[in-house]
Amino acid sequence: MSSEAKAAENYVEKPKTLAELRAEFVSGQTKAVDLAASYYDRIASVNPRLNVYLSLTKERALEQAARVDALAAKGDPLPLLAGVPVGIKDVLVMKGAPATAGSKILEGYRPPYDATAVAKLEAAGAVLLGKINCDEFAMGSSNENSAYGPVRNPVDTERVPGGSSGGSAAAVAANMAVATLGSDTGGSIRQPASFCGVVGVLPTYGRVSRYGLIAFASSLDRVGPFAAHVRDAATLLGVIAGNDPKDATSSPAPVPDFAAESDKPAEGLRIGVPAEYFAEGLDPEVRAAIEKGIAALKAAGCTVKPVSLPNTKYAVPVYYLIATAEASANLARFDGVRYGYRSPASETLSDMYSHSRDEGFGAEVKRRILLGTYALSAGYYDAYYLKAQQVRRLLAEEYLRAFAEVDAIVTPTAPTAAFKLGEKTGDPLAMYLADIYTVTASLAGICGVTVPCGKTAAGLPVGMQVLAAHLNEGTAFRVARAVEAAGI
Amino acid sequence: MTTKVTVEDVKRVAELAHLELAPEETPPMLHDLNAVLEYVAELNELDTSGVLPLAQVSELETAATASVVRADQTLLSLDRAAVMQQAPETDGVFFKVPKVIER
Repeated sequence: MSSEAKAAENYVEKPKTLAELRAEFVSGQTKAVDLAASYYDRIASVNPRLNVYLSLTKERALEQAARVDALAAKGDPLPLLAGVPVGIKDVLVMKGAPATAGSKILEGYRPPYDATAVAKLEAAGAVLLGKINCDEFAMGSSNENSAYGPVRNPVDTERVPGGSSGGSAAAVAANMAVATLGSDTGGSIRQPASFCGVVGVLPTYGRVSRYGLIAFASSLDRVGPFAAHVRDAATLLGVIAGNDPKDATSSPAPVPDFAAESDKPAEGLRIGVPAEYFAEGLDPEVRAAIEKGIAALKAAGCTVKPVSLPNTKYAVPVYYLIATAEASANLARFDGVRYGYRSPASETLSDMYSHSRDEGFGAEVKRRILLGTYALSAGYYDAYYLKAQQVRRLLAEEYLRAFAEVDAIVTPTAPTAAFKLGEKTGDPLAMYLADIYTVTASLAGICGVTVPCGKTAAGLPVGMQVLAAHLNEGTAFRVARAVEAAGI
Repeated sequence: MTTKVTVEDVKRVAELAHLELAPEETPPMLHDLNAVLEYVAELNELDTSGVLPLAQVSELETAATASVVRADQTLLSLDRAAVMQQAPETDGVFFKVPKVIER
């Protein structure tokens, strides 16, 4: 873990695999406490430039690491993620640790409980390093909407890491954690994974409990992992997945051994390529990289065939109507009464609500609350919200038809590589359009993986999005492994 | 669906959402709302007559979720003291807020 000089503009460093770390713990070559300490050193060295971590949970991390070391010293079997340093997006709560969701309105809040995904990671031996920066309430595609300043992309610090889980992607890219958790509502795991050159997983809706995830749009929100290696991302998903009585939308489906699934060769799988994702607006260098990835899948023995998803162009409007409508309802809870920020100078309850919300929320959050409230208001509900839900069904059915013919669908994750800081902040609509390839899978509830798939001439990572039907994460991992193995 | 949003609309919606927009915040918000609503109006091209709205993917046959309802049992919830510690103002039992009704 070398620490670069502060002036360096590239902070990329690849974390070891889970298997490598495990072997080191079992042999006694590495102590979990020392590894955690070295990650905190790395964070201290690069965080001032990258702005990835918002707060650290050192005491809790080192206690957990010491428990792992005690197990290893006794020669006891180590749990699956023993000693693995993991960072948590600051929309997932950890008991007693700050939970900001990138917003001023949650300043000072210390939740009295753990999110289910967080508790499951810790039960599997993971060492939780701290809370990671993101767009405010996970609303954004560049991490520039955080009230605590933007995260910089470790590949090129003048560029955005993507969003909203930009910090979670950057943390893995810069080896500030071996793996991280993020959340994805319209692409917030897949797109930053693409921009930072790491693996990001969108689990099937319901696969991972949302308990303890600060809600943005409840019918779309998912919790998922980032890692540097596909197999490790699969292992992490296996740990956090599963039914949770605390989330009524959580799936009762059994959780397969995703890592073992990812070991199966991709040979014989039928891969669909939708022409709609390779149309106008796709950067030619991104297209070329994805075409190389598709060629690699053919070489690995997959059958590649065209599929049609003709309503794709309606996905962004549908997404922004549904997501903002749900957000306007979910964010009504932030009112200065029970926790978080309360505006100090209010004479009446009504003033206290509106002052607290006005001072606490940033511009993008207000924009989305207003849009959502408008779309749900009397006289407009049918024209906007209901219409969007009808088109949502058409989009979902289109995918189901496609998955009757193919096992997975591959597309670019984003139309471009990482853009520059400030490039799109003045134009919300242009920012929304950056989500064009990711929002359909969100609306349909299907699963997917972003896997690194080459670079542009300037050295910026390109991600391939591998989509699979509900509960078929194993298939998506198999395809992603084949792309990873090709080393494009 | 192509109705232009007016300044009055923005103020009305802000009031519904308990947001207090500063005077300088209103014009850019008006511009952005109109830009987004004009863009989403392209949904009107699609004939959706007879299509059922999809609110949750659990309504789809192949989806993972099954709307399982947990057993109706009384369980311990979060500890009151831990919760009240987070409140901006509390007497330990209730949340305290500014006066609700002007006299």
